[in-house]
Amino acid sequence: MEDLTDVYNELIMEHSMNSYNKKKLDNATCSEIGHNPNCGDEITLEIKLNGNTIEDMAFSGHGCAISQSSTSIMIDTLKGKTIEEAKEIIKTFIGMIKREITDEEELKKLEDAIAFKNVSNMPARVKCALLAWHTIEGMLEK
Amino acid sequence: MNIEEIRKVASPDVQVASQPHESRKLNLVAPEKSSDFSYAIKKDFPMFKNKNITYLDSGATTQKPIQVINAINEFYEKYNANPHRGAYSLSVEATNVYEETREKIAKFINAKHKEEIIFSKNATESLNLLAYSYGMEYLNKNDEIVISIMEHHSNLVPWQKVAKTTGAKLNYMYINNEFEISDEEIKNKITDKTKIVGITHVSNVLGTINNIEKIIKQAHKVGAIVIVDASQSIPHMKIDVQDLDVDFLVFSGHKMLAPLGIGVLYGKKELLNKMTPFLMGGDMIEYVYEDKTTFAPLPNKFEAGTQNVEGVIGLGAAIHYIEHIGYDNIKKIEKEVVSYATQELKKLDYIELYLTPNSKNHSGVISFNIKGVHPHDVASILDANGVCVRSRKSLCTTTYEVFRN
Repeated sequence: MEDLTDVYNELIMEHSMNSYNKKKLDNATCSEIGHNPNCGDEITLEIKLNGNTIEDMAFSGHGCAISQSSTSIMIDTLKGKTIEEAKEIIKTFIGMIKREITDEEELKKLEDAIAFKNVSNMPARVKCALLAWHTIEGMLEK
Repeated sequence: MNIEEIRKVASPDVQVASQPHESRKLNLVAPEKSSDFSYAIKKDFPMFKNKNITYLDSGATTQKPIQVINAINEFYEKYNANPHRGAYSLSVEATNVYEETREKIAKFINAKHKEEIIFSKNATESLNLLAYSYGMEYLNKNDEIVISIMEHHSNLVPWQKVAKTTGAKLNYMYINNEFEISDEEIKNKITDKTKIVGITHVSNVLGTINNIEKIIKQAHKVGAIVIVDASQSIPHMKIDVQDLDVDFLVFSGHKMLAPLGIGVLYGKKELLNKMTPFLMGGDMIEYVYEDKTTFAPLPNKFEAGTQNVEGVIGLGAAIHYIEHIGYDNIKKIEKEVVSYATQELKKLDYIELYLTPNSKNHSGVISFNIKGVHPHDVASILDANGVCVRSRKSLCTTTYEVFRN
């Protein structure tokens, strides 16, 4: 039960219900659909780049509280970062969820996204938390 | 050792092997209150001794009683060999237990001949066998396949493939406001053009018991064959394939207390005989030449390669267990549990129930939605309280689309 209230905490619930990041960008540089066929979650991520910097991001779609809030909080975290910085944060987030990175100092760079740490104790929900992060990982590779 | 000596040594063991689960006598005398009976049954399931959970996902797979687990263990400890292969007594014993279980299943669903029972991996493989060995062979451009909108993907996607390859048309029978397929819908969709009708006996999403008697009658009237997916019904109600006059019937073992990875295809002998094999390989052949092969007769024609013998033995033990409890008792317990659960769920105003109002047409599946909360989150929260439920909407996206619209 302890883990559960940690997962469904205030920050996550707030982002999952009415996210200010859930909107359309007027002039997105690129957009990509992330899909979880197992549970039907689907998001569309939009990125607006300014040179090497992520100037703005937004998303649309539907899914569970974890996938939706993870997308929204990821946007908060990555906005304003360079592509290289973003890639590093993404790597750290995925590492945290997979329990490969546990060092608190290292996890600090995740900012609010550290709220998902306890999802690593819920194997059935790992893919929900990672949906947006895997999607943007693919986008930045391109 | 001559053959008589082999028989003398082997027979008593074979006797035991064919009914290994009987070695542990079932002490099942139904008490007055069926809830007491349920507790007695629950004690047979080691899972509930090891894990403090409320398991409400038997529609996905059931837990296994100790009798089934013991039967599988006993097979590996005493009888393991490759059936139909060796000329030694152990292989003969393995063949015997394997074939005796086939006979047991034939009796269980009242098939006319034991070779009408084909072992497969699961209902999905049985349905794919039918799609490839019947659908692909016998359907043409102007034919139609009719299935219901509440089919499991395994009785839907293979028919999409058949339709795409043969040019036949795939039509759906839709549900009404009571989550049932109406008589009019059956009449309107199953027409002279229909060649195959695929229908689930009980919906895994809605729990609706479909009127398969009527569907079979209508299909035969227009000359179509009927495939019934009994995966969700066979653990709950007596199936008599001759009485139903159904052409093909499929089910999975693991949804009826048997191990994972064993399934059954029943087919009328004359239909199975005219079909070509699905998988090619060992044991399904008669003669193999360099340029051609003749195939073994039923049932081996459809059982290529070394089979899942432990699964077959486990399925036999599961059937034995179900028969010991008896469908009457199963129904009685189920009715009590379902009516209690629906009554309590109805008290919660944040819950939407998807349930036919005609309780006689409803089996043990209860579908519900908690308004404003994603099913996956609901399942995680219930899981934290030790309750296992199904939360995926994608298992049956077509049914889900009907809800959404």
